[in-house]
Amino acid sequence: MTTPAPSTNTATGADTAAEPSAVSRALKDALKTALLVIGLGTPIILIQTHQSGAGVTLEWRFGLLASLAALAFASRLLWLLFIGPRIAARPATSITDKVPPATRVWIKRAALVFVLLYPFIALGLAGKGGAIKWIDNFGIQLLIYVMLGWGLNIVVGLAGLLDLGYVAFYAVGAYSSALLAKTVGLSFWLCLPMAGILAAFWGILLGFPVLRLRGDYLAIVTLAFGEIIRLVLINWVDFTGGYAGISGIPRPTFFGLPFNTSDNGFAAFFGIPFSPLHRLIFLFYLALALALLTNYVTIKLRQLPIGRAWEALREDEIACRSLGIDTVTTKLTAFATGAMFGGFAGAFFAARQGFISPESFIFMESAVILAIVVLGGMGSQIGVAIAAVVMIGGTELLRELDWLKEIFGPSFDPTQYRMLLFGLAMVVMMVWKPRGLISTRAPSISLGEAKAISGSFVKEGHG
Amino acid sequence: MAPAQAPLLNIEHLTMRFGGLIAIDDLSFAAHRGEITALIGPNGAGKTTVFNCITGFYTPSAGRLALAHSATTTPGAVEALTDSGHRWNETNRGGLYLLERMPDYEITAKAKIARTFQNIRLFTGMTALENLIVAQHNALMRASGWTLLGLIGAPTFKRAEAAAIARARSWLERINLIHRADDPAGDLPYGDQRRLEIARAMCTGPVLLCLDEPAAGLNPKESLELNTLLRTIRDEHRTAILLIEHDMSVVMEISDHVVVLEHGAKIADGTPEEIKNDPAVIAAYLGVEEDEEATAEAALDRVTAKKEQRQ
Repeated sequence: MTTPAPSTNTATGADTAAEPSAVSRALKDALKTALLVIGLGTPIILIQTHQSGAGVTLEWRFGLLASLAALAFASRLLWLLFIGPRIAARPATSITDKVPPATRVWIKRAALVFVLLYPFIALGLAGKGGAIKWIDNFGIQLLIYVMLGWGLNIVVGLAGLLDLGYVAFYAVGAYSSALLAKTVGLSFWLCLPMAGILAAFWGILLGFPVLRLRGDYLAIVTLAFGEIIRLVLINWVDFTGGYAGISGIPRPTFFGLPFNTSDNGFAAFFGIPFSPLHRLIFLFYLALALALLTNYVTIKLRQLPIGRAWEALREDEIACRSLGIDTVTTKLTAFATGAMFGGFAGAFFAARQGFISPESFIFMESAVILAIVVLGGMGSQIGVAIAAVVMIGGTELLRELDWLKEIFGPSFDPTQYRMLLFGLAMVVMMVWKPRGLISTRAPSISLGEAKAISGSFVKEGHG
Repeated sequence: MAPAQAPLLNIEHLTMRFGGLIAIDDLSFAAHRGEITALIGPNGAGKTTVFNCITGFYTPSAGRLALAHSATTTPGAVEALTDSGHRWNETNRGGLYLLERMPDYEITAKAKIARTFQNIRLFTGMTALENLIVAQHNALMRASGWTLLGLIGAPTFKRAEAAAIARARSWLERINLIHRADDPAGDLPYGDQRRLEIARAMCTGPVLLCLDEPAAGLNPKESLELNTLLRTIRDEHRTAILLIEHDMSVVMEISDHVVVLEHGAKIADGTPEEIKNDPAVIAAYLGVEEDEEATAEAALDRVTAKKEQRQ
C-alpha cells in the first residue's frame, strides 16, 4: 500500500478547495486522528510477540505504526476537505427516486431473465470446469443468503422485531431435515416442508418468552436463543453427532432420478453424458425457486391484513392495540413466518452440502444475515437481494484476488481481510445511506398512483 | 334506573392505585348513548388514567366498568355477569362487557370502544389510507380466512377489501384528506393528523369513541371543524363520545354532559350549564397556583362571554 505524503496533500488542499481556516481546522483534526491511531495502535500494532523456544521475543514495528498513522492522517484530511463537503452538498435522494417506474419494471425483468439464464451464462463464459465455482459459490450460496435475508426481513424489516438469533431457525431447518432424511428415510421433498414447519414451531416457541421484551432486551434474548440451539447441537451427541455433525445426507433427486452415473440416474434417463454440473444446475434452480417463493409470499403477505399489521406493529405497538389488533399473535406469526423461510433455507443447505455441523450455525451467520437486511434497507425486498449479492459476492470475490500475492508477498491472504472489509463496508454504508440501500417504503395499497414513502417517516421498530 | 335507559358505559367505584399513589379514587359516572360526555379537570386530575382504564391499557385496582351495547338490558344482567366470572356475555339483544376484565385489544375488537391519544399515535410511515385500512384489521383478517384465503386471492377477501377501501375513502372525504390519501401520515400537518387519528378510530366501528384532548394544538378554525366532525359522529354514526378536553370552547359547545375530576375524584357531574355555575368546579379551576389561575379565569370568562353572546 502506498501512503501519500501528508505534506503534498495539504498544499493542494490549501490552494484549491477551502479557506485557510478550514484547512487549519482540518489539519488539526487529522493530526488528532493520527495521534488516536498511534494511541490505539501502540498496544495492538506496535508490539508483536514471537514464540521462540521457551521465551517470547518482542518485535517493535515502528514503521508499520507510523505508516498507518500517516494513512489515517491523509485519509481524514481528504475526507474533511474534499469528500465530506461533496457528500453534504449532494441532495438527499434515494436510488429509487431517480429511476422512472417504467424503467424499474424493465430492470426487474432483465434481472429476472439474467438470474434464470445464469447457469448457462456461467457455462458459456467460464467453460465446464470454471462454471462449477460460479454456479455453486456465486449462484447457490448467494441465493441461500438472499433467502435468509428475505426471511429475516419479515421479522426485522416488517415487524420491527430485532432478532439476533435467526441462524437458530436455519439450524433447526438443516438438522430436522437431515435427521428426518437419515433416521426416518424421508425424501428431500418431504423433509423440506417438515423443516419449514418445525422451524416455524421453534419460532413460536422463541416468540412466547420475548413477547414482552423490546429493543435491546429482545435482541439479547434472541441472541441467547441462537447460542442455546447451537450448544444443544454440539452437546447432544447421540442425537446430532456433536461437533462431528451429520454426514451422508441424501441428495435431492430430480423427480426420483438421482444425479449419479447409475443406469436409472438423471444423465442415463435423458441419454446425455454424466456431469457433476447437472446436480449443481438443478440445485441452482431449486434455490432460485425457493427464493422466489419466499419473495412472492412476502410480497403477498404485505398486501394482506397480517402484513399490514406487522408494519403497523413496527410503527406503533400501542396504537395497534388501540385498534383491536392482537399484538401477541401478530408477533408470533411474524416470528413463525420468518423462521419458516429460515427452515426452508436450512433444509436446502443440508441437502446441498450433504454434511452439516454446528460450525455452520455460529453467531457470525446471524450477524451477516442481519447486516444484509440492515444494509439492504429494512423492509425492502430488492434492497436485501442487492445487499446479499454485494456482501456475500464481495467476500467470495476476495478468493479471486490471488494476484495480490504478487504485490504483498506469498504470505498475503486476501480472505483474511474479509471481516475488516465487511466492517468497513458497514461503516461506509451507515455514513452514506443510514437507512440502507433502498431507504424508501412502498405503500401496500393506494387509491391513486403509489408514491414511495421517505425513510424519515418510517419507524425502525423498538422490538 | 329503568331498564330502557341503561347507560352505554357505567363506571362504578373505579379506583386506580400506582404503588402508594391513588390516581383515581372511587369514581362513578355513566356515559349515555347518543351523547357527548366530557371529562374535564385540572392537569394531573387523573383524566387520562380513567381513559387508560376504560380502554384496557391499565387494569383498574378496583371497580366495575360495564358496557352495554343494547339500551334494554334485563335488570340484574350486569350483576349476573359479574358473578359468572366471564368477561362478556353476548346475546341476540346485544353484548354486555366488563371492561376491567378484558385486555386492551379485545376491548376495541369486541366491546367496540375506540380511542385516540393525547400525543398523536398515527403509523407515520404508512399512508393515510393504510392507517384507515389497518384500523379494519379484524374484519379483514376474518375475511382473509386468517391469511390463507387471502393468499390464494379468494373473492370473499377481495370483496371485503373493496368494502374496507370504500369505508376508508368515505372517511378521508369527510375529513377533507382524500387528496392526501397516498401520502405518509407523518407528512400531514398537525391538525390533519388529529382528524386522521379520529377517522382511524372510527374505522374500527366503535359504539363509544374516547378522545384524549382532540383540540390540543388546533387553531380556532380547526377547533370549529372538530366540533362539526364530533357532532356528525354523534348524530349520524350513533357513536357516543367520551372526551377529555381543556379547551372550554369545545367542551361547553358540544358536550351533552360534563364530568369534572380533581385529584382523582369526581367533584361535579351535570350539563355544561350546571358545571359552569358549580362552586366546586370554580374553586378547582381558580384555587390553583397563581400562574395557572389566569389561564383558568380566562377560559371561564371566554365561555361565559360566548354563551351570553348567543342568548
